This record gives sequence, structure tokens and C-alpha cells, in this order.
Amino acid sequence: MRLEYFQLIDRIVALDLNGRTIHVEAHVPESSTIFEGHFPGLPLMPGVLLLESMAQTSGWLTIGLTKFTRMPFLAAFKEAKLRSFVRPGTKLDLTATVEHEGSGFFVMRARINVDGRLVSNAELTLRTIAFPSPDLRTSMEKLAAAIEFPMQALAHE
Amino acid sequence: MSSTFDTVVNIITETCDIPRDTIKPESHAINDLGIDSLDFLDIAFAIDKTFGIKMPIEQWTQEVNEGKATTDQYFVMQNLCARIDELVAAKKA
Repeated sequence: MRLEYFQLIDRIVALDLNGRTIHVEAHVPESSTIFEGHFPGLPLMPGVLLLESMAQTSGWLTIGLTKFTRMPFLAAFKEAKLRSFVRPGTKLDLTATVEHEGSGFFVMRARINVDGRLVSNAELTLRTIAFPSPDLRTSMEKLAAAIEFPMQALAHE
Repeated sequence: MSSTFDTVVNIITETCDIPRDTIKPESHAINDLGIDSLDFLDIAFAIDKTFGIKMPIEQWTQEVNEGKATTDQYFVMQNLCARIDELVAAKKA
């Protein structure tokens, strides 16, 4: 994770476009200024960032499903649950699956597991729009390469 | 039309906290009922799932933006229900 850049996903482990699922991993850093305030003496990964990590996981799945033609934007969370504390240095396994693909939006179910134990889950809605600028798409492609987005999976669809 | 209308009214009342008796066949979902775009996503999700269709909201929006259609054609309740019925019929065909 690069919290200061809001990049919460480290690596795409598996992207299954037929099954409409994604599995990614993310490592909560050992140190960050965020932990100085959240909380002094009890550093915890903020719940809103856990939710954001589920949104980013879901977002990469939509990018795969739309063959890198559309950019996802978070629109809504429902039934978000933060089940236990997540401390610095924790490795997160995140998964997302498509609940529904609508016209210009996806409804997803996302989960975060730590050592096989569910620590957070949510239903979320992402709007998607055609990439509004070439620069944004280029940036996303660079980020995709950095997190090992399997571009070859798109060619096989 | 009536059963589709009743189903859509149920979805709207459950999604948006709009009183049932304010929703009429001639009501405009946006202009009269005040449904915003985010709530409409929830409504579209529920309609898609309930009727087993995918409402082409982006296409409708594009047609309105290009002046090829009016919002009334898609967002007045009785017209919305007619569009839903057409999509259901097209899926069965």
C-alpha cells in the first residue's frame, strides 16, 4: 500500500473474467503518519481505508470486465461491516464478485480476509464512464502494470 | 401495465422513502418524485433484478442529451413501465 498516494492494492493475484471475480493482496504498512493519529498508542488501519481498498479491488474487476475502456467511480456502500481491528503490517486478501452489471454501473460484493478470517465485507456500487481523458487511462495502465494486472486475460475474452 | 407499475412503485417506495400515494402513472421520476441519479441506480438495480432485464439507462441518457428523445419518454412512470414491458418481451422473444 502507498497510503500517501491512495494506492491500496499491491498485487492482483487472480482475475477471472468468466467467473466475474478478482483476488488481490495488500499489505498495510508498518508505519504511516495516519497511525500517529489513528490512534495514539493503538495504531489501526482506518475503517474508511479498508472500505476504499474494497472499492479499489472492485474497480480493478470492472476495468477488466470493460476491457480497460471505462473508469469506475465509487457511488455507494451498503451493508459495510468492519468486523475486527486491522493493525499495521497486516497482509490483506481482498476479493470482489459481481452481483449485478447494469447500464453504466456495477453492484459488487467485496470481502477482506486476514489469515483466512473475514475482517470486513460490503456491497458497493460503482458507476463506470468512458475514460474522460487519455492521461487518466495512461496513468491507470501504468498502475495496472505495477500491480500485475493480467492484460493477457483481456485478450482471451 | 398495472402489475409492472405496482412492482416499480414498490421498488421506489422501498428505495427512496417516497410515499406510495404520491406516485402516479403520470409522475415524472426525476421532476415530480425528486429521485436523484444515485437513487435511480438503486432503483435500476432492483428493476433489473426483479424483471431479469438490463435497462439501457446510458442509451436513454444519450438519446436525451442528443435531443433524440425527451426525459418524459423514459422517466414518466407509465412510460418507464412500458419500456420495462418492452424489454421483458424482447427478452422472451
